Amino acid sequence: MDYKKLLSKFGWPLLLVALAALPLAGLVGPGFSSHVLITVLLTAAMAQAWNLIGGYGGQVSFGHSVFFGIGAYGAAFAVCVGKTSPWPGMIVGAVLAAVTAVIVSYPCFKLKGHYFAIATFAVVEIFNRVFMIWDWVGGAVGLDYTILEDGWRNFTWSVDKRGYYLGALVLFALVFTITRVIERSRFGYYLRAVREGQETAESLGVNSTGVKLTAMALSAFLAALCGAFFAQYNFRVDPPMVMSLDMSMKFVLVAILGGIGTFWGPLLGALVLIPLQEYSRAYLAKLGSGVDLIIFGLIIILMMVYQPGGILGILTGSRKRQARLRARLAAEGGAK
Amino acid sequence: MSLFFQVILDGLWAGLLYGLIAAGLSLIWGVMDVLNFAHGDFLMVGMYVSFFLGFLFKADPLVSWVASGIFLFLFGMLTYKLVISRILGKAMAPLLATFGLSMMVKNLVLNRFSPNFRILESTILEGRSFMVGDVIVPLPQFVTSLFALAVLGLLYWMLTRTRFGWAVQATALDGEAARLMGVNTEKIFLLVFGIGGACVGIAGGLLPSYLATHPDVGTLFSLIAFMIVAMGGFGSVPGALVAAVMVGLIESLAGFYIGPVYKYIAVFGIYLVVILIRPKGLFGW
Amino acid sequence: MSEMLQVRGVSMKFGALLANKDVSFDVEEGAIVGLIGPNGAGKTTLFNCVAGFYKPSAGSIRFRGEEIAGLPSYKVARKGLARTFQVVRPLKEMSVFENILVGAYLGHPDNKHARKVAEECLEICFLQEWRDWPAGDMTIGNKKRLEVARALATSPRMILLDEAVAGLTSTEVREMVEVIKRLKANGLTVLMVEHIMEAIMPIADKIVVLASGEKIAEGAPKDIVRDPKVITAYLGKKYAETMDKGAGA
Repeated sequence: MDYKKLLSKFGWPLLLVALAALPLAGLVGPGFSSHVLITVLLTAAMAQAWNLIGGYGGQVSFGHSVFFGIGAYGAAFAVCVGKTSPWPGMIVGAVLAAVTAVIVSYPCFKLKGHYFAIATFAVVEIFNRVFMIWDWVGGAVGLDYTILEDGWRNFTWSVDKRGYYLGALVLFALVFTITRVIERSRFGYYLRAVREGQETAESLGVNSTGVKLTAMALSAFLAALCGAFFAQYNFRVDPPMVMSLDMSMKFVLVAILGGIGTFWGPLLGALVLIPLQEYSRAYLAKLGSGVDLIIFGLIIILMMVYQPGGILGILTGSRKRQARLRARLAAEGGAK
Repeated sequence: MSLFFQVILDGLWAGLLYGLIAAGLSLIWGVMDVLNFAHGDFLMVGMYVSFFLGFLFKADPLVSWVASGIFLFLFGMLTYKLVISRILGKAMAPLLATFGLSMMVKNLVLNRFSPNFRILESTILEGRSFMVGDVIVPLPQFVTSLFALAVLGLLYWMLTRTRFGWAVQATALDGEAARLMGVNTEKIFLLVFGIGGACVGIAGGLLPSYLATHPDVGTLFSLIAFMIVAMGGFGSVPGALVAAVMVGLIESLAGFYIGPVYKYIAVFGIYLVVILIRPKGLFGW
Repeated sequence: MSEMLQVRGVSMKFGALLANKDVSFDVEEGAIVGLIGPNGAGKTTLFNCVAGFYKPSAGSIRFRGEEIAGLPSYKVARKGLARTFQVVRPLKEMSVFENILVGAYLGHPDNKHARKVAEECLEICFLQEWRDWPAGDMTIGNKKRLEVARALATSPRMILLDEAVAGLTSTEVREMVEVIKRLKANGLTVLMVEHIMEAIMPIADKIVVLASGEKIAEGAPKDIVRDPKVITAYLGKKYAETMDKGAGA
């Protein structure tokens, strides 16, 4: 077996073991770098959740902050209003997000390209504004956490970030493992077939609407779990923070910049962008506000222009292109 | 009853302004199938141009719109040359690239000019209005509406009655065929992006007469323009106008009769209903 | 022989345009039936009705005794009626093998069996050496055989071929004809829409001829080429004469 096969077989479990070992080595604590690490894991999980339907399924949704937000509100509602542990809220939120996803997506899947994209924008705006005026969930003020006892029951740690790190790692492992399993299953092939040609897939017995809806529901469920984690980590939620276009774009951009429709893309995207964002925010503050986002915007443009395959494309692109070129030459040669 | 007419007319002014803003977006979308996410930021830049011309040189928005129109014409062409031309036809790439552009432009303005709301004092139209029966017609809005009709009319005339317009339409229908017929599609795309920019630049130039200028002013306008174009059927100027007026009226009626916080919920909600019944827009096919 | 497919009184209207008018014919189990006709005869429309792509305006289409007119295409496929596309539609970003695998999952949900079936179809359609190629990067001949392989992988009872040999070089046509013969040898029923006579005449058991949306003739290939209605509508005299000479020699 060459190294590529070994990597594809054992790379993922090995990475998980390494990440799980970090706290044991004393590398995770209260510091800023731990915060960055946790954010990387969370963002990678978010982008991978999106990637299920947006990348593998080819349905570029800008509406994922709605699902993320429902999950966040689920956890926060259980804590702030229900005065209980966030866990039941998390589960209920994730289920509600999946149900919402199916109800909203069923009609929207009839739309193509930009029409689909704009419809998902509109969905985000509607949810954002409804939550802004919905007093039951705190309206525009949102929900603020009171001080809770540290520990797994409350999913809260006030200083030491090890608990959050492990939580983020479990979430990350869950989303990525599900993706890996799907990628190599019948459902994964169906999903990609629907992306590549809906009519073709149907001619092969694939119920494309069912496949897309299933993927969307799963994607929303996982995005909602990420949202619940986010609420627990920040001790608060409000609509602009969790249910906004900016939050939606984060899902899309990390996945696309990393490498859309690939297993490693979302992780690579988060690995590059999150440290960049966090450190530039911390160190470029003296240049005035917004510098981090100016750089971010510029990177997006450059990436789209020069490497639409994402970071993964930079790492593997030239080799693949050569293989394709060779393939085409051989094909033409064969025709003669 | 006069209150009702007041609400309707207010909706009409808003709608015509939206039409003016959406016109350029519709043109660009229709011809090259690009959704310019930075469209609202183009508007914002136009407003800053007009604001600073007024602030520094006492130029009135009634004059400055020429400058912002020209500025955005160049800005649009530059955007096309540097970014769009390299990724045209690559599915979502132009949308995401212009999202990056939007982020960059917005934060650059924020960084340079602060997030403060800036209001241009003592413009010619400021605070003026006239009465039609019992109904108040604010002059800045009214003038902007006239501009909207003029610009949309001109755009329509250009697309349907001039050689350039025919070339644009041919390019929109089938770029490859147009190229074979001797149309320089690259030049058409460049100019269309410029003209699209100019349209929104004119809107931005006029707006400081009655709207505060700030870095985030374009965001909501962007979304509304997207909706209008999708609802009107892309590339259709009359479609965009009808959809724009519809949005303005819904916004005004819902804001008055249900409550201000509900107006955009109503607008976006009705948009979704329309687009799900007619997936290619009211005038699309 | 029992009927695999029964088309009865099928009409298809698009607005005022009548693309098919009262078309009836049968496809017998295990047969290769050719559906021919000049451009605009309504072959593709009829084909799409059978494949579940369109719902016919009137008439019935029965597949193994079950009504399938108006069923969505994925349900038609699940009943054992597979199709190919006239304009090839490879799933571009997937490899040739993965394309076929998608089809194979229909009858074989578990990975192991599906992969085995896909490998077999790869072989039947002469695609082994292209196994891991991106499906979008092949010659048209390979893509057309991929269409057939993918449809074959769904383990159908009957297969619909939409102009499977149109636009191919003579070598590629020979390969395709060989593939179609293999389908028949495997017990499959085949309905093929075609307008290249040379390819279809030697292998078809029966020919149905459409012109202006109506069936004008049906019968064995050697009878069809002598049918005066067919000759005037479609083939032209020259072709009938060459066929005559060929038969006489």
